[in-house]
Amino acid sequence: MVSEKVIFDLLEGVFDPEVPVLTIVDLGIVRSVQYHEKQLIIEITPTYIGCPAMQTIEKDIESKLQSNGIQKFEIKTSIAPAWTTDWMSEKGKQKLKEYGIAPPQEELDKSVLFGEPLVVPCPKCNAKETKMVSQFGSTACKAHYQCKACQEPFDYFKCLR
Amino acid sequence: MTKKEALYQYLLRMGDDSLILGQRLSELCGHGPILEEDIATTNISLDLIGQATLLLEYAGELADEPKTNDELAFLRIEKHYANALLVEQPNGNFGDTMMRQFLFDAYRKPLLEQLMQSVDKRLAGIAEKALKETKYHLRHSSEWVIRLGDGTQESHSKVQASLESLYRYAHELFFENEVDEILLNEGIIPAAKTLFPLWEKTVTEVLEMATMSLPKNNWKFQGGREGRHSEHMGFLLAEMQYMQRTYPNMEW
Repeated sequence: MVSEKVIFDLLEGVFDPEVPVLTIVDLGIVRSVQYHEKQLIIEITPTYIGCPAMQTIEKDIESKLQSNGIQKFEIKTSIAPAWTTDWMSEKGKQKLKEYGIAPPQEELDKSVLFGEPLVVPCPKCNAKETKMVSQFGSTACKAHYQCKACQEPFDYFKCLR
Repeated sequence: MTKKEALYQYLLRMGDDSLILGQRLSELCGHGPILEEDIATTNISLDLIGQATLLLEYAGELADEPKTNDELAFLRIEKHYANALLVEQPNGNFGDTMMRQFLFDAYRKPLLEQLMQSVDKRLAGIAEKALKETKYHLRHSSEWVIRLGDGTQESHSKVQASLESLYRYAHELFFENEVDEILLNEGIIPAAKTLFPLWEKTVTEVLEMATMSLPKNNWKFQGGREGRHSEHMGFLLAEMQYMQRTYPNMEW
Protein backbone atom coordinates (compact mmCIF):
# COMPACT_ATOMS: atom_id res chain seq x y z
CA MET A 1 0.00 0.00 0.00
CA VAL A 2 1.42 3.36 -1.03
CA SER A 3 1.71 5.73 1.88
CA GLU A 4 -0.41 8.85 2.16
CA LYS A 5 2.75 10.94 2.14
CA VAL A 6 3.80 9.54 -1.25
CA ILE A 7 0.35 10.28 -2.70
CA PHE A 8 0.48 13.79 -1.33
CA ASP A 9 3.90 14.33 -2.90
CA LEU A 10 2.52 13.16 -6.24
CA LEU A 11 -0.35 15.64 -5.95
CA GLU A 12 2.27 18.36 -5.47
CA GLY A 13 2.98 17.74 -9.14
CA VAL A 14 -0.58 18.45 -10.33
CA PHE A 15 -0.98 22.04 -11.50
CA ASP A 16 -4.06 24.21 -11.48
CA PRO A 17 -5.32 24.47 -15.09
CA GLU A 18 -6.18 28.17 -14.77
CA VAL A 19 -3.14 29.30 -12.80
CA PRO A 20 -0.53 26.82 -14.06
CA VAL A 21 2.22 28.06 -11.75
CA LEU A 22 0.37 26.80 -8.66
CA THR A 23 -0.10 23.19 -7.69
CA ILE A 24 -3.44 22.06 -6.33
CA VAL A 25 -1.69 21.59 -2.98
CA ASP A 26 -0.42 25.21 -2.99
CA LEU A 27 -3.98 26.37 -3.64
CA GLY A 28 -5.42 24.35 -0.78
CA ILE A 29 -7.75 22.45 -3.10
CA VAL A 30 -6.56 19.09 -1.76
CA ARG A 31 -8.27 18.70 1.57
CA SER A 32 -7.11 15.26 2.63
CA VAL A 33 -5.52 12.04 1.48
CA GLN A 34 -6.60 9.12 3.63
CA TYR A 35 -7.20 5.44 3.65
CA HIS A 36 -10.63 4.32 4.81
CA GLU A 37 -10.56 0.55 5.22
CA LYS A 38 -7.84 0.17 2.61
CA GLN A 39 -9.72 2.42 0.18
CA LEU A 40 -7.68 5.47 -0.78
CA ILE A 41 -9.81 8.59 -0.68
CA ILE A 42 -8.65 11.95 -1.98
CA GLU A 43 -10.84 14.81 -0.91
CA ILE A 44 -10.83 18.01 -2.95
CA THR A 45 -12.78 21.26 -2.65
CA PRO A 46 -13.65 23.93 -5.24
CA THR A 47 -12.40 27.50 -4.82
CA TYR A 48 -15.70 28.87 -6.15
CA ILE A 49 -18.85 26.75 -6.43
CA GLY A 50 -19.09 27.09 -10.17
CA CYS A 51 -15.36 26.68 -10.80
CA PRO A 52 -15.24 25.04 -14.25
CA ALA A 53 -11.72 23.74 -13.61
CA MET A 54 -12.82 21.09 -11.12
CA GLN A 55 -13.46 18.38 -13.71
CA THR A 56 -10.09 19.00 -15.32
CA ILE A 57 -8.43 18.88 -11.91
CA GLU A 58 -10.06 15.52 -11.18
CA LYS A 59 -8.87 14.14 -14.50
CA ASP A 60 -5.36 15.47 -13.90
CA ILE A 61 -5.25 13.79 -10.49
CA GLU A 62 -6.42 10.52 -12.04
CA SER A 63 -3.82 10.53 -14.76
CA LYS A 64 -1.06 11.57 -12.35
CA LEU A 65 -1.80 8.69 -9.99
CA GLN A 66 -2.42 6.15 -12.73
CA SER A 67 0.84 6.98 -14.48
CA ASN A 68 2.54 6.27 -11.17
CA GLY A 69 0.97 2.85 -10.89
CA ILE A 70 -1.79 3.74 -8.46
CA GLN A 71 -5.05 2.38 -9.84
CA LYS A 72 -7.43 2.14 -6.92
CA PHE A 73 -8.59 5.40 -5.42
CA GLU A 74 -11.64 7.57 -5.13
CA ILE A 75 -11.84 11.35 -5.55
CA LYS A 76 -14.47 13.05 -3.45
CA THR A 77 -15.55 16.67 -3.72
CA SER A 78 -16.65 18.37 -0.54
CA ILE A 79 -17.75 21.95 -0.05
CA ALA A 80 -17.83 22.30 3.73
CA PRO A 81 -15.96 23.89 5.36
CA ALA A 82 -15.80 26.36 2.52
CA TRP A 83 -12.45 27.10 0.88
CA THR A 84 -10.77 30.34 1.81
CA THR A 85 -7.65 32.01 0.46
CA ASP A 86 -6.13 31.43 3.92
CA TRP A 87 -5.58 27.85 2.80
CA MET A 88 -3.20 28.94 0.09
CA SER A 89 0.37 28.17 1.12
CA GLU A 90 2.95 30.92 1.60
CA LYS A 91 5.01 29.25 -1.10
CA GLY A 92 1.94 29.46 -3.35
CA LYS A 93 1.51 33.18 -2.68
CA GLN A 94 5.15 33.79 -3.55
CA LYS A 95 4.83 31.80 -6.77
CA LEU A 96 1.72 33.78 -7.73
CA LYS A 97 3.55 37.06 -7.32
CA GLU A 98 6.49 35.88 -9.40
CA TYR A 99 4.02 34.82 -12.09
CA GLY A 100 2.57 38.34 -12.19
CA ILE A 101 -0.61 37.80 -10.20
CA ALA A 102 -0.96 39.77 -6.98
CA PRO A 103 -1.59 37.32 -4.11
CA PRO A 104 -4.62 37.76 -1.80
CA GLN A 105 -4.30 40.64 0.66
CA GLU A 106 -5.88 40.98 4.07
CA GLU A 107 -9.49 41.93 3.51
CA LEU A 108 -10.33 45.13 5.31
CA ASP A 109 -14.01 45.43 4.62
CA LYS A 110 -16.27 44.57 7.51
CA SER A 111 -19.47 46.07 6.18
CA VAL A 112 -19.32 44.23 2.84
CA LEU A 113 -20.98 47.13 1.11
CA PHE A 114 -18.43 49.84 1.51
CA GLY A 115 -15.20 48.38 2.75
CA GLU A 116 -11.98 50.33 2.93
CA PRO A 117 -10.11 50.15 -0.32
CA LEU A 118 -7.57 47.38 -0.34
CA VAL A 119 -3.88 47.96 -0.80
CA VAL A 120 -2.83 45.58 -3.55
CA PRO A 121 0.84 46.12 -4.37
CA CYS A 122 1.86 45.76 -8.02
CA PRO A 123 3.42 42.33 -8.54
CA LYS A 124 5.87 43.83 -11.08
CA CYS A 125 7.22 46.97 -9.42
CA ASN A 126 5.82 46.63 -5.87
CA ALA A 127 4.29 50.11 -5.95
CA LYS A 128 1.36 50.45 -3.58
CA GLU A 129 -0.45 52.92 -5.82
CA THR A 130 -2.70 50.67 -7.81
CA LYS A 131 -6.33 50.86 -8.79
CA MET A 132 -9.04 48.31 -9.28
CA VAL A 133 -10.26 48.20 -12.87
CA SER A 134 -12.92 45.57 -12.30
CA GLN A 135 -14.05 43.44 -9.37
CA PHE A 136 -14.22 40.48 -11.72
CA GLY A 137 -11.31 39.18 -13.74
CA SER A 138 -10.41 36.43 -16.17
CA THR A 139 -11.51 33.70 -13.75
CA ALA A 140 -13.91 33.62 -10.80
CA CYS A 141 -11.03 33.86 -8.32
CA LYS A 142 -9.45 37.00 -9.74
CA ALA A 143 -10.08 40.75 -9.99
CA HIS A 144 -8.51 43.13 -12.46
CA TYR A 145 -6.10 45.87 -11.33
CA GLN A 146 -3.73 48.37 -12.84
CA CYS A 147 -0.53 49.85 -11.38
CA LYS A 148 -0.49 53.64 -11.31
CA ALA A 149 3.30 53.71 -11.13
CA CYS A 150 4.36 51.42 -13.97
CA GLN A 151 0.93 51.32 -15.69
CA GLU A 152 1.03 47.53 -15.87
CA PRO A 153 -2.40 45.88 -15.80
CA PHE A 154 -2.43 42.78 -13.61
CA ASP A 155 -4.67 40.15 -12.07
CA TYR A 156 -5.30 40.09 -8.34
CA PHE A 157 -6.18 36.80 -6.66
CA LYS A 158 -9.18 37.88 -4.59
CA CYS A 159 -9.20 37.37 -0.87
CA LEU A 160 -12.09 35.05 -0.08
CA ARG A 161 -13.16 34.48 3.50
CA MET B 1 -47.04 17.62 3.43
CA THR B 2 -44.05 15.81 4.90
CA LYS B 3 -40.80 17.46 5.94
CA LYS B 4 -39.06 15.81 3.00
CA GLU B 5 -41.59 17.18 0.51
CA ALA B 6 -41.29 20.64 2.04
CA LEU B 7 -37.51 20.60 1.83
CA TYR B 8 -37.71 19.46 -1.79
CA GLN B 9 -39.93 22.44 -2.62
CA TYR B 10 -37.72 24.85 -0.74
CA LEU B 11 -34.56 23.64 -2.47
CA LEU B 12 -36.31 24.03 -5.82
CA ARG B 13 -37.11 27.65 -4.98
CA MET B 14 -33.53 28.44 -4.07
CA GLY B 15 -32.07 26.36 -6.87
CA ASP B 16 -34.42 27.84 -9.48
CA ASP B 17 -33.72 31.41 -8.31
CA SER B 18 -30.02 30.72 -8.87
CA LEU B 19 -30.51 28.85 -12.12
CA ILE B 20 -32.86 31.30 -13.80
CA LEU B 21 -30.93 34.40 -12.75
CA GLY B 22 -27.73 32.66 -13.84
CA GLN B 23 -29.32 31.91 -17.21
CA ARG B 24 -30.44 35.53 -17.59
CA LEU B 25 -26.96 36.85 -16.84
CA SER B 26 -25.36 34.37 -19.21
CA GLU B 27 -27.30 36.04 -22.04
CA LEU B 28 -24.89 38.94 -21.60
CA CYS B 29 -21.88 36.83 -22.51
CA GLY B 30 -20.32 38.75 -25.38
CA HIS B 31 -23.01 41.44 -25.10
CA GLY B 32 -22.03 43.31 -21.93
CA PRO B 33 -22.05 47.12 -22.16
CA ILE B 34 -18.31 47.22 -21.48
CA LEU B 35 -15.73 44.44 -21.34
CA GLU B 36 -15.37 44.54 -17.54
CA GLU B 37 -19.11 44.17 -17.02
CA ASP B 38 -19.36 41.47 -19.64
CA ILE B 39 -16.86 39.54 -17.55
CA ALA B 40 -18.49 40.49 -14.26
CA THR B 41 -22.02 39.43 -15.20
CA THR B 42 -20.85 36.13 -16.63
CA ASN B 43 -18.71 35.51 -13.52
CA ILE B 44 -21.79 36.06 -11.36
CA SER B 45 -23.76 33.81 -13.70
CA LEU B 46 -21.19 31.07 -13.21
CA ASP B 47 -21.38 31.39 -9.41
CA LEU B 48 -25.18 31.21 -9.52
CA ILE B 49 -25.25 28.19 -11.81
CA GLY B 50 -22.72 26.55 -9.49
CA GLN B 51 -25.08 27.18 -6.57
CA ALA B 52 -27.98 25.81 -8.59
CA THR B 53 -25.98 22.65 -9.29
CA LEU B 54 -25.63 21.87 -5.59
CA LEU B 55 -29.14 22.91 -4.60
CA LEU B 56 -30.86 20.99 -7.39
CA GLU B 57 -28.65 17.97 -6.78
CA TYR B 58 -29.88 17.91 -3.19
CA ALA B 59 -33.48 18.49 -4.31
CA GLY B 60 -33.22 15.66 -6.84
CA GLU B 61 -32.29 13.20 -4.11
CA LEU B 62 -35.42 14.14 -2.17
CA ALA B 63 -37.82 13.88 -5.12
CA ASP B 64 -40.40 11.08 -5.09
CA GLU B 65 -38.56 9.49 -7.97
CA PRO B 66 -34.92 10.56 -7.58
CA LYS B 67 -33.74 12.87 -10.36
CA THR B 68 -30.38 14.30 -11.38
CA ASN B 69 -29.77 18.02 -11.20
CA ASP B 70 -29.66 18.14 -15.00
CA GLU B 71 -33.10 16.54 -15.22
CA LEU B 72 -34.48 19.10 -12.79
CA ALA B 73 -32.77 22.00 -14.52
CA PHE B 74 -33.64 21.15 -18.08
CA LEU B 75 -36.62 18.83 -18.23
CA ARG B 76 -39.35 20.33 -16.09
CA ILE B 77 -42.29 22.21 -17.53
CA GLU B 78 -42.76 25.87 -16.77
CA LYS B 79 -45.28 25.50 -13.96
CA HIS B 80 -42.91 23.24 -12.05
CA TYR B 81 -40.26 25.94 -11.72
CA ALA B 82 -40.42 27.68 -8.36
CA ASN B 83 -38.21 30.74 -8.93
CA ALA B 84 -39.46 34.18 -7.99
CA LEU B 85 -40.83 36.37 -10.79
CA LEU B 86 -38.05 38.90 -10.18
CA VAL B 87 -35.22 36.72 -11.48
CA GLU B 88 -36.92 35.80 -14.75
CA GLN B 89 -37.45 39.43 -15.79
CA PRO B 90 -35.49 40.33 -18.94
CA ASN B 91 -32.09 42.01 -18.78
CA GLY B 92 -33.49 45.25 -20.24
CA ASN B 93 -30.95 48.05 -20.05
CA PHE B 94 -27.91 47.86 -17.77
CA GLY B 95 -29.78 49.67 -15.00
CA ASP B 96 -32.52 47.03 -15.13
CA THR B 97 -29.93 44.24 -14.94
CA MET B 98 -28.14 45.77 -11.97
CA MET B 99 -31.32 46.72 -10.12
CA ARG B 100 -32.71 43.19 -10.50
CA GLN B 101 -29.39 41.85 -9.23
CA PHE B 102 -29.27 44.27 -6.33
CA LEU B 103 -32.81 43.52 -5.11
CA PHE B 104 -31.99 39.82 -5.27
CA ASP B 105 -28.50 39.98 -3.70
CA ALA B 106 -29.82 42.08 -0.82
CA TYR B 107 -32.26 39.23 -0.06
CA ARG B 108 -29.94 36.32 -0.77
CA LYS B 109 -27.13 37.47 1.51
CA PRO B 110 -29.09 37.51 4.80
CA LEU B 111 -30.89 34.33 3.74
CA LEU B 112 -27.58 32.49 3.31
CA GLU B 113 -26.19 33.95 6.53
CA GLN B 114 -29.12 32.54 8.46
CA LEU B 115 -29.13 29.23 6.62
CA MET B 116 -25.59 28.66 7.92
CA GLN B 117 -27.29 28.01 11.27
CA SER B 118 -29.70 25.49 9.77
CA VAL B 119 -30.06 22.13 11.51
CA ASP B 120 -29.78 20.66 8.01
CA LYS B 121 -25.99 20.44 7.78
CA ARG B 122 -25.90 19.90 4.05
CA LEU B 123 -27.93 23.02 3.37
CA ALA B 124 -25.81 24.94 5.90
CA GLY B 125 -22.66 23.87 4.03
CA ILE B 126 -24.04 25.04 0.68
CA ALA B 127 -25.05 28.34 2.29
CA GLU B 128 -21.60 28.90 3.77
CA LYS B 129 -19.98 28.35 0.39
CA ALA B 130 -22.48 30.47 -1.53
CA LEU B 131 -22.38 33.33 0.97
CA LYS B 132 -18.78 34.23 0.21
CA GLU B 133 -19.64 34.75 -3.43
CA THR B 134 -22.95 36.45 -2.77
CA LYS B 135 -21.34 39.12 -0.59
CA TYR B 136 -19.16 39.97 -3.53
CA HIS B 137 -22.15 40.09 -5.89
CA LEU B 138 -23.98 42.43 -3.52
CA ARG B 139 -21.03 44.78 -3.33
CA HIS B 140 -20.85 44.90 -7.11
CA SER B 141 -24.57 45.47 -7.68
CA SER B 142 -24.81 48.05 -4.86
CA GLU B 143 -21.96 50.05 -6.28
CA TRP B 144 -23.61 50.15 -9.68
CA VAL B 145 -26.98 51.20 -8.28
CA ILE B 146 -25.21 54.05 -6.48
CA ARG B 147 -23.12 55.01 -9.47
CA LEU B 148 -26.12 55.08 -11.80
CA GLY B 149 -28.51 56.69 -9.32
CA ASP B 150 -26.04 59.34 -8.22
CA GLY B 151 -24.66 59.73 -11.74
CA THR B 152 -26.00 61.87 -14.56
CA GLN B 153 -29.58 63.02 -14.93
CA GLU B 154 -30.09 60.42 -17.61
CA SER B 155 -28.60 57.50 -15.65
CA HIS B 156 -30.62 58.57 -12.60
CA SER B 157 -33.94 58.65 -14.43
CA LYS B 158 -33.23 55.35 -16.16
CA VAL B 159 -32.29 53.45 -13.02
CA GLN B 160 -35.18 55.03 -11.13
CA ALA B 161 -37.45 53.62 -13.84
CA SER B 162 -35.75 50.22 -13.36
CA LEU B 163 -36.60 50.39 -9.68
CA GLU B 164 -40.21 51.35 -10.37
CA SER B 165 -40.65 48.39 -12.68
CA LEU B 166 -38.79 45.76 -10.64
CA TYR B 167 -39.73 46.72 -7.10
CA ARG B 168 -43.22 45.23 -7.45
CA TYR B 169 -41.62 41.79 -7.89
CA ALA B 170 -39.32 42.08 -4.87
CA HIS B 171 -41.88 41.32 -2.18
CA GLU B 172 -42.44 37.87 -3.56
CA LEU B 173 -38.97 36.96 -2.27
CA PHE B 174 -40.59 36.88 1.17
CA PHE B 175 -43.46 34.65 0.12
CA GLU B 176 -44.35 32.00 2.67
CA ASN B 177 -46.70 29.05 2.68
CA GLU B 178 -47.01 25.60 4.24
CA VAL B 179 -43.52 24.70 3.02
CA ASP B 180 -41.96 27.45 5.11
CA GLU B 181 -44.12 26.71 8.12
CA ILE B 182 -42.91 23.10 8.26
CA LEU B 183 -39.24 23.91 7.71
CA LEU B 184 -39.30 26.82 10.10
CA ASN B 185 -40.65 24.59 12.88
CA GLU B 186 -37.88 22.10 12.19
CA GLY B 187 -35.19 24.80 12.44
CA ILE B 188 -34.15 24.29 8.82
CA ILE B 189 -34.89 27.76 7.44
CA PRO B 190 -35.23 31.31 8.84
CA ALA B 191 -38.58 33.12 8.86
CA ALA B 192 -39.30 35.67 6.15
CA LYS B 193 -40.17 38.17 8.84
CA THR B 194 -36.61 38.07 10.14
CA LEU B 195 -35.15 38.44 6.64
CA PHE B 196 -37.36 41.26 5.45
CA PRO B 197 -36.03 43.99 7.78
CA LEU B 198 -32.45 43.07 6.83
CA TRP B 199 -33.31 43.34 3.15
CA GLU B 200 -35.17 46.59 3.69
CA LYS B 201 -32.22 48.08 5.58
CA THR B 202 -29.76 47.35 2.77
CA VAL B 203 -32.17 48.57 0.11
CA THR B 204 -32.95 51.79 1.99
CA GLU B 205 -29.30 52.57 2.68
CA VAL B 206 -28.14 51.97 -0.86
CA LEU B 207 -31.04 53.83 -2.48
CA GLU B 208 -30.39 56.77 -0.21
CA MET B 209 -26.76 56.90 -1.32
CA ALA B 210 -27.97 56.56 -4.88
CA THR B 211 -30.25 59.61 -4.33
CA MET B 212 -33.19 57.46 -5.36
CA SER B 213 -36.63 57.05 -3.87
CA LEU B 214 -38.88 54.04 -3.38
CA PRO B 215 -41.93 53.78 -5.64
CA LYS B 216 -45.00 55.53 -4.25
CA ASN B 217 -47.40 52.81 -5.25
CA ASN B 218 -47.59 49.58 -3.34
CA TRP B 219 -48.01 47.16 -6.21
CA LYS B 220 -46.96 43.61 -5.49
CA PHE B 221 -46.88 40.71 -7.90
CA GLN B 222 -46.44 37.10 -6.98
CA GLY B 223 -46.93 33.65 -8.47
CA GLY B 224 -43.50 32.34 -9.37
CA ARG B 225 -43.09 30.37 -6.15
CA GLU B 226 -46.28 28.49 -7.04
CA GLY B 227 -45.38 28.00 -10.69
CA ARG B 228 -47.34 30.90 -12.17
CA HIS B 229 -44.73 32.73 -14.20
CA SER B 230 -44.62 35.85 -16.35
CA GLU B 231 -44.69 35.63 -20.13
CA HIS B 232 -40.89 35.98 -20.24
CA MET B 233 -40.34 32.60 -18.62
CA GLY B 234 -41.41 30.49 -21.59
CA PHE B 235 -38.93 32.17 -23.91
CA LEU B 236 -36.15 31.75 -21.38
CA LEU B 237 -36.92 28.06 -20.93
CA ALA B 238 -37.15 27.50 -24.68
CA GLU B 239 -33.58 28.68 -25.03
CA MET B 240 -32.26 27.04 -21.87
CA GLN B 241 -33.86 23.65 -22.53
CA TYR B 242 -33.29 23.52 -26.28
CA MET B 243 -30.19 21.36 -26.20
CA GLN B 244 -31.48 18.80 -23.72
CA ARG B 245 -34.86 18.55 -25.47
CA THR B 246 -33.29 18.16 -28.91
CA TYR B 247 -30.57 15.71 -27.87
CA PRO B 248 -32.03 13.90 -24.84
CA ASN B 249 -29.48 12.81 -22.22
CA MET B 250 -26.58 14.53 -23.93
CA GLU B 251 -23.65 15.38 -21.66
CA TRP B 252 -20.63 17.61 -22.01
